[in-house]
Amino acid sequence: MELPNGFVAVVKRDCPTCLLVEPVLQSIEQAGRPLTVYTQDDPNFPAVSQCIDDTSLEQSFRLAIETVPTLIRVNDGIEEERIIGWEKNEWAQFTGIESIGAGLPPYRPGCGSKSVEPNIAEALAIRFGDFNTTARSLEVSPLEDDVEYCFERGWSDGLPVVPPTQERLYRMLAGTDLAAAHVVGLVPPNLVPLTIEKIAINAVMAGCKPEYMPVVIGAVEAALDPAFCLHGLLATTWHSGPMLVVNGPIREAIGMNWRGNVLGQGNRANSTIGRALQLIVRNVGGGHPQFADQSTFGHPGKVGFCFAEDESTRWESLGVERGIEDGRSSVTIFSADGVQGVVDQSAREPNALIYSIAGSLRAINHIDIANASDAVVVVGPEHGRVFDEAGWSKARATAALHEQLQVPARDLGMGTDEKNAAQPAVKSSGLLPKFRDGGLQLIRAGGDAGMFSAIIPGWLMKGPLGTNPVTKEIHQ
Amino acid sequence: MTQILLDPTAELGSAQREPLPKPKSIEGLTIGLLDISKSRGDVFLDRIDAQMKERGLKTLRFKKPTFTRPAPTELLQEIAQQCDVVVEGLAD
Repeated sequence: MELPNGFVAVVKRDCPTCLLVEPVLQSIEQAGRPLTVYTQDDPNFPAVSQCIDDTSLEQSFRLAIETVPTLIRVNDGIEEERIIGWEKNEWAQFTGIESIGAGLPPYRPGCGSKSVEPNIAEALAIRFGDFNTTARSLEVSPLEDDVEYCFERGWSDGLPVVPPTQERLYRMLAGTDLAAAHVVGLVPPNLVPLTIEKIAINAVMAGCKPEYMPVVIGAVEAALDPAFCLHGLLATTWHSGPMLVVNGPIREAIGMNWRGNVLGQGNRANSTIGRALQLIVRNVGGGHPQFADQSTFGHPGKVGFCFAEDESTRWESLGVERGIEDGRSSVTIFSADGVQGVVDQSAREPNALIYSIAGSLRAINHIDIANASDAVVVVGPEHGRVFDEAGWSKARATAALHEQLQVPARDLGMGTDEKNAAQPAVKSSGLLPKFRDGGLQLIRAGGDAGMFSAIIPGWLMKGPLGTNPVTKEIHQ
Repeated sequence: MTQILLDPTAELGSAQREPLPKPKSIEGLTIGLLDISKSRGDVFLDRIDAQMKERGLKTLRFKKPTFTRPAPTELLQEIAQQCDVVVEGLAD
């Protein structure tokens, strides 16, 4: 912007330091130096001849003022240098007036500029900055309630959403370095190009904080990976929906839960990140229950299912197991039904516990089904301790479960792996693996008390013809 | 003040909320006749009712306690559950 030559000051009456320097500003004017003052709150302050009303804060925003008073030296319409607050020697040197502010204290810090106050900064950036949204603007009449409006537009999963205003979108987009127009992929079922902006709008509605955005974006990238088969998962008559498991330092940074009630309600990040993904599928993809979503039952976690892993145990984390560098954050997506509990309060050594967990796993989908859906087993701390104390790794526990999970070949599941029918094992023993290789995933999480684990089965269609877990690194 | 919200969808539908599609024919539908308690609304609806019955249409009569307030929730639920379309006598 072109500035008036000489000195430009930005002040507000509400700032004691600005009040203190009022006579100083007058003395600059009296010394014959050109002076223009922009005033943020009171157009009659200070008493100088070139006092310009900046109660709109436009000039303060354009000058990127953070502290008042700010004094700027301008030559040929261009800023040469600026100083902030009041420091007598600095002002004397800056203005070339040696006797400036005689009688004033040598130093007083400035105050915060009105243009950087919370909420005001966003409003100014939207009004005067280069913030442009491409999403359609919709008018809510003064007679309408904005939350009710969102329900009536069909944007909600049945719970209230946070109305997506420009200010909230602006703040949400600050949570990522990616451009608002960047396209992450095509969202089923309508295969609509998904921009960061639409992700952010739905994240606002889900109740996310801006700092959750990297996780939401990682979750969307995982969901749109063809290996996950989101389209089929959405459309299936089976119960499943997407489930997210977060690993790495971002869990703690954004306050996720991996402790008590880990699979339940009550933690904002857990609840809203999973919900944001589902709102994107609903709103951008057009995947509505009883239409493209043909699930017979669904389950409560389809509102949003997301939790973090407990990484304080001896087991390798899910992220590292799936190829993410240790110390980096990741999100893994699974297909998931509701939760089935496993209780064993007497096992004190791993084999007894494996017997209990395997027995419970045998029942999922159907007790006799071979080639069943994949399943996640969330091992609680008191069960995990049994493995840890005996020195059992996750790989060993997983292998022991597979070994016990051979079932009569009376049902070949959904025919997702044709090889199974031809397995020699069927002919010799009449038994088939309940789960495919890699189809059992152990994860550590849960509250300290309770000798329990939790089984979360997934979609019956898995493998090359269906869904597979997908892990993406979270870029912060 | 009018509030601006940003569209979270693929923007395939109208910016305005679209009314429900109008039925192509009222044959076989249940038609609610809603008297909002404005003067002589009953005269108007009686005549509509008679004409519809002559055509063999099924009608049900409803009445708001007063035109000055929105219909009570119970009445709205009753109409929504029993009727396919509604004719409302709005003015006197």
